[in-house]
Order: sequence, then C-alpha cells, then structure tokens
Amino acid sequence: MRRTRSAVIFAVALLLTSCSGAGESTGGEAGAKADAAPGVTDDTVVIGTHQPLTGPAAPGYSRISVAAKAMYDYINDRGGINGRRIDYRVEDDGYNPTRTVEVVKQLVLQDEVFAIVGGLGTPTHSKVVQYLNSEGVPDLLVSSGALQWDDVAKSPTTFGFQVDYTREGKIQGKYIKENLSGRKVGLMFQNDDVGRDAQQGLDQFIRPDVVSRQGYDPANTDVLPQLSALRDSGAEVVVCSCVPAFTALMILTAARLGYRPQFVVSSIGADPVTLTGLLQDFAKRGGAEVSAAALLNGLIGTGYLPDVASDDPWTLLFREVHDEYIPDEPFTNTVAFGMAQAYTFAQALKLAGRDLTRGKLIDAMESGRIAGPGVTPFAFSDRSHSGYTGAFVFQIGPDTATKEIQAPMVTDRGNGPVKAAPTGRRTPEDIALVGA
Amino acid sequence: MSLLVRHLLLALLALAAVVTLSLVVDPFTNVRIATVGYYLVAVAGLTLLTGTNGQISLGHGAFMFIGAYTVALLVIHVPGFPFWLDLLLAAFAAGLAGALTGAAAARLHGPYLAGATLALAVGLPALTQRFPDALGGSNGLAFTVHSLPAGLAVPQTRWQAWVVWTTALLVLVLLANVTRGRFGRILRAVRDDEVSAALAGIHIGRTKILAFLLSATCGGLAGGLQAFLLGTAAPGSFTLALSLSLLAAMVLGGVGSLWGAFWGALALVYVPVWANDLTHGLDLGTDVAQHLPLAVFGVVLVAVVLVFPRGIHGTVTRLVSAIRKKESHEKNP
Repeated sequence: MRRTRSAVIFAVALLLTSCSGAGESTGGEAGAKADAAPGVTDDTVVIGTHQPLTGPAAPGYSRISVAAKAMYDYINDRGGINGRRIDYRVEDDGYNPTRTVEVVKQLVLQDEVFAIVGGLGTPTHSKVVQYLNSEGVPDLLVSSGALQWDDVAKSPTTFGFQVDYTREGKIQGKYIKENLSGRKVGLMFQNDDVGRDAQQGLDQFIRPDVVSRQGYDPANTDVLPQLSALRDSGAEVVVCSCVPAFTALMILTAARLGYRPQFVVSSIGADPVTLTGLLQDFAKRGGAEVSAAALLNGLIGTGYLPDVASDDPWTLLFREVHDEYIPDEPFTNTVAFGMAQAYTFAQALKLAGRDLTRGKLIDAMESGRIAGPGVTPFAFSDRSHSGYTGAFVFQIGPDTATKEIQAPMVTDRGNGPVKAAPTGRRTPEDIALVGA
Repeated sequence: MSLLVRHLLLALLALAAVVTLSLVVDPFTNVRIATVGYYLVAVAGLTLLTGTNGQISLGHGAFMFIGAYTVALLVIHVPGFPFWLDLLLAAFAAGLAGALTGAAAARLHGPYLAGATLALAVGLPALTQRFPDALGGSNGLAFTVHSLPAGLAVPQTRWQAWVVWTTALLVLVLLANVTRGRFGRILRAVRDDEVSAALAGIHIGRTKILAFLLSATCGGLAGGLQAFLLGTAAPGSFTLALSLSLLAAMVLGGVGSLWGAFWGALALVYVPVWANDLTHGLDLGTDVAQHLPLAVFGVVLVAVVLVFPRGIHGTVTRLVSAIRKKESHEKNP
C-alpha cells in the first residue's frame, strides 16, 4: 500500500516536472511570415469578417456587413482593386466570444483568408487578436473603439477604425463641461472596455459632476435597476456608452419611469435611423406604440463619419452605392459605417500594390496615406494603430434630423488637449479608387 | 473479460479512429472534431443525471462556465501548472459546485428543480459583472494555452483534438462503468421509485447529490476543454441558450445512453453547420439566412421527438434489433 502511494506521488511529480506550464510560452511558436499571401490569386483576394447577424448586438449592427458587401460589389463591378475582385466572407458569431473564435479559425484555416476586416465587437474580437497576430493575419479596421487594438508592440497586425472610446469620451466630457456646466451627470456604460475606456476620457473633464455610474451586461436586457439608480441620484445629464439596442432600451425605460435627462450618446449607439427602428420595434414587442421622434428629440450624440442626411461628397457616393445595390435597405449611419470601412480597406489594398503580400498590406496601413470618409484624420502610422482621431457633436431635432452643434475636434488617447480638427478633407474624386 | 477492460479497449479503438480521422482532415475540421468532443462530455454528464437518475438540469451551462473560468484563471495566474492539471482542477471546482447544487436539488422535484437550475444558468455568469477586475466583466478573459509537449511536431489543432478526445473517452469509460455497475443500479432505482429504493436501503438524498456531482464534474470538464481549445472564457458564451442546447442535444440523441450523447453532440455541432452551408448556397435574403440555421435545428429537434421519441440512438438500436430478428427468422423458419 505504502509502495503504491509513493509510486503515485513519484509519477505525479514526474508528470508535473516533465510538462511545461500551460501559461508559459515555450518560445517554439512559428514566427509570422510577412511575405505570405494566402487567399490571393491572379484575379481575387479573399477577406473575412465576424459579425453579429443574430444575438444581442444584431439589431442595427447586422446591417454593417450588408453595406460593406454592397461597397465591395460596387468596387468589383468597376474592375476591382489592382485587377483583383474582393471576395468578402461574412460569418455570424452572434456576439458570442466562443463562436467568434470558432468562425475566425474557420476563416483563417478553412477559407484561408488574406485578412480579417472589420471584426465587430470588443468582447468578441479581443479573443482572436492573439491568434490572428501569432498567425500573421492582417486584422484591419476592427469595429470597436476599445484602446486595445492600438498596441503596435504586442499586436503588430491589428488596426482600429472608429474613434476610440477615450478620445470620444474626452470630446464628450469637454462639451458637457463647457455647454451643460453645473449639471449632475450620470454614466451608463457597457461593462467592458467600452465603459472603462470611455470613463477614462470623460473623467478628465467631468469627474466632479458625476453622481452615479451604472454598468450593463449585454446579455441582460433589463436596465430598469440602472435607470432607477440614475434617476434617484438626480442626474440631469446621462452619458451612454452603449450599443444601439441598449441606447434604445435605456430611452424606453427612462420614458417608462417618467425620467427625462439630457442624453449624450457615443457614436456606436447614436444613429437616429437605427434608433428609431429599434424604439418602435421594442415598444411594439412590449405592446405599446411610441413616437420615436419625440423620444429622440434633443438627444446629443457624437460621430466621426459624415451624417447620412448631409450632402457631403462621401455621403453622395454612399447613397449612389446604396441606391444601386441595396435600395431596399434603409439608408442609415450604420450603412454608411459599413461602406466607409469597406472603402478604407480597399484603399489600403490598392496602396499595397499588385504584387500583394500580408507585409505590404500592413506597410500600406502604416504609410499614413490613408484618408477615408471620416471627418477627422486617421492616426495610422508605424507608432500608432488607432483609427479616427476625433469626432463632432450633433443633436437630434424634433423630426429626427441631426444638426451639428460642435465642429469636429481631435485629440489623443492620453491627457493631450482637445482641439479643432484640420480642415480640407479629401473627396472620393481625389482618391479615385476605382474606374476611369 | 471484465467490463472495465472491454470499455477501455473500445475507448482505445475509438481514440485510434479519431487520431486517424484527424490526420486526414484539414486543420479547421480538427477544431470541429474537438468541439464535438467537449460537447460530448457535457451531454454525457447530463444524460447520466437525467436519463439514469431522473433529475433535470436546465443549468448545465453554469458548470461549463465554472470549468472554463477555472482554466482561464489558472492559465493566467498560475502559469506554471500544466494544462492537464488545470483541466483536473476545473472538473474538481465544477464538481464541488455540483455537490452544493445537488444538496439543494435533492429536496426539489420537477418544475421546482428545473427552476432552481435555471436560476443557476442565468445567475452565475453575472458573477463576472460583480467582479469585473478578476473575471474581466462582459469582456471575459483571453489567454493562450501552451500544451504541445516539446519535441512533438504536430499542428496545434490536431493536438488539441487528441487531447479533447482522450479526455472525453476517459470520461465515457468512467461513466459507462458507473452506469453498468452497482451505483448505476442505485441511480435507476431512485429514478424509478424513490419510496421502494429507500425501503431497499438506498440513501435517496446522498444518491441524488452524487449524481449531480458526477454530472457537474463532466460539465466543468467540458467547459475546461472549451477554454483549452479556444483560449477564451466570457459570459456571453454561457447563456441560457447553451444550457438549453445541451438539453436539446441530449433529447435528440436519446436520453440515458452514452451513444445518444455522442449523436447529440454531433448534431449540436454539425446541424447548424450544414444548415448554414445550405442557406449560403440558396442565396436567400439576409434576414432569412441569418435565422434559418436555428430554425432548422429546431425543426430537426421537433421532428425527432415526434417521429423517434427515443432519440437517434433509440431508433438505431431498434432498427438493429429488428434486422437481427429478421435474420434469425430466416435462418430458422
């Protein structure tokens, strides 16, 4: 008996010492190859993305890939990029991180994509960054404003797209401090990087005015406790760093409580057309009719792409693509987002040249020559992989039309000042992406 | 030949089959094979609880949650532990939680038990909100599991499939022996008639708790394997839908049999894939295409329950025995 026991202990000790730890890198992983070009043939380049076509983030966001597809079709029908058609593969991850890992592995291992473009969501995409970087797959224009995409040393192939939540928080915070001074502020945020990064920016300006901080989990659609707490704290301004579904839930719940603060909503959840649809949809499911216009009236939001109601040259291009390829789809800011993202990728692909490799695509992204449809410049360089550097502030009017109430401002992700954005944006004609 | 030896030989055969399969398919199919493996562990645990012991659990996703987070926290905070120790501890942690749940469950029946376990599935992932610094909030945890022994040069996904299936087959051998032996008879006696089981000297409460413990251990191991395979643990992956799909897979495969658990796990992974390929091929509108895979899974489930009430495995065994009967009839008219 004693002998067996010591044998067991010995065996366990042997096993313990012979294996290296699960959390320790053995350094044996193969390095990424910059001259690789899987998914590229003479006439096509295959790219992939993971999107929430179902699940809690699907309302609103499921239209992004539809719009991106339309933009790629537009480009392909005009000769493609450097003689290659873009083959865009969309996989549904349902905003479920486990599914994200599965579908991204599917795209990389089975579909052998050249790059992942616009993977959506912080909780989802953060689970595949390490994998994509260790495989050397370009991971471009992530659809999330978390700061973590901008980490050149650890994630050299990952690039952001939209303005990060800290920059946006700083611009919102400064606006509130200057224009809504002295009011009590409540914060409502998604309980992950979205909330943390946004507060990092907001707190630089309005920390003393904040009376309540409420987080929500995207898996739980009941926000009554948070709204009750905000009302009880006496907050007169509520800043919401929320996805569209939760902006809508927040507005409806506040209305139910008879609570009417000034809402300030981040770009990720402030598209009036998307919100109108969601408000009507959610209210109908609850057995009520609401006037979305009345509920949205006065809402303040931030944005970094030209509004779809404007006559910006980029909006005109997007509308042309929309009318030609997806005329039945409502023309929303979310649609513009998908198109802007697709256009930006196509631009990088063009800069990378006909003799395409993954390394060249990364170099093109870092070249500083990408100037997309946004109202502020990108931060892309070999030292920063941040996307847009700033935003403008708008307010929704009684007819759900938006009006710019503060011109575009730019700032950095640290403690730097918030200043006016440079003027003189490039137009689609300047860039001349496709055709003659 | 003793039961254990026979089961071990069968498991070795199955492992050889999985290894052979993993050698011929592409790297991503290996991920799918491994996915079937960890779902198999979870469904097998559930089928022991429901099929053999007659208790229902709507909250097995919660045990997977515990397993996955145990592996995640160990990999991040105790990087020196080898992966198999992490998996063992994940199973242990979930087993502990299962024993606690079982202690409460032993006093509950039918809808009350369903409700209690349902609360577990809904409530437990909310822990991540309560402790966002340790558990990563809604974002969860991301990590890389280094498991490939030095000197073994096989592709990562193939190795992962081997690890998952070795574990899964060990679990199956264990469960097969448990259900065939004395304890299995006790479990069934409690399921069929608690009063007569008690009269026969069986401690009802203890049996139910043990059944829950075993079942939760499997759930935790499945969660741990998932974390090992995918390098992530996030609350968004352990929703109520997961617990319900495990239950659906069990019913689909055939309640109470380990083969049924295998069919169920296979269906859980491959029916949505096939439905997805189908919808991609049909060129449908996006609104239809997005929801069709789920609808197909639902239709398959309803159809199986209506047409083959004993699940896939029940139908297979009935077919096999019918063929045998016919053959023996023909031989001896």
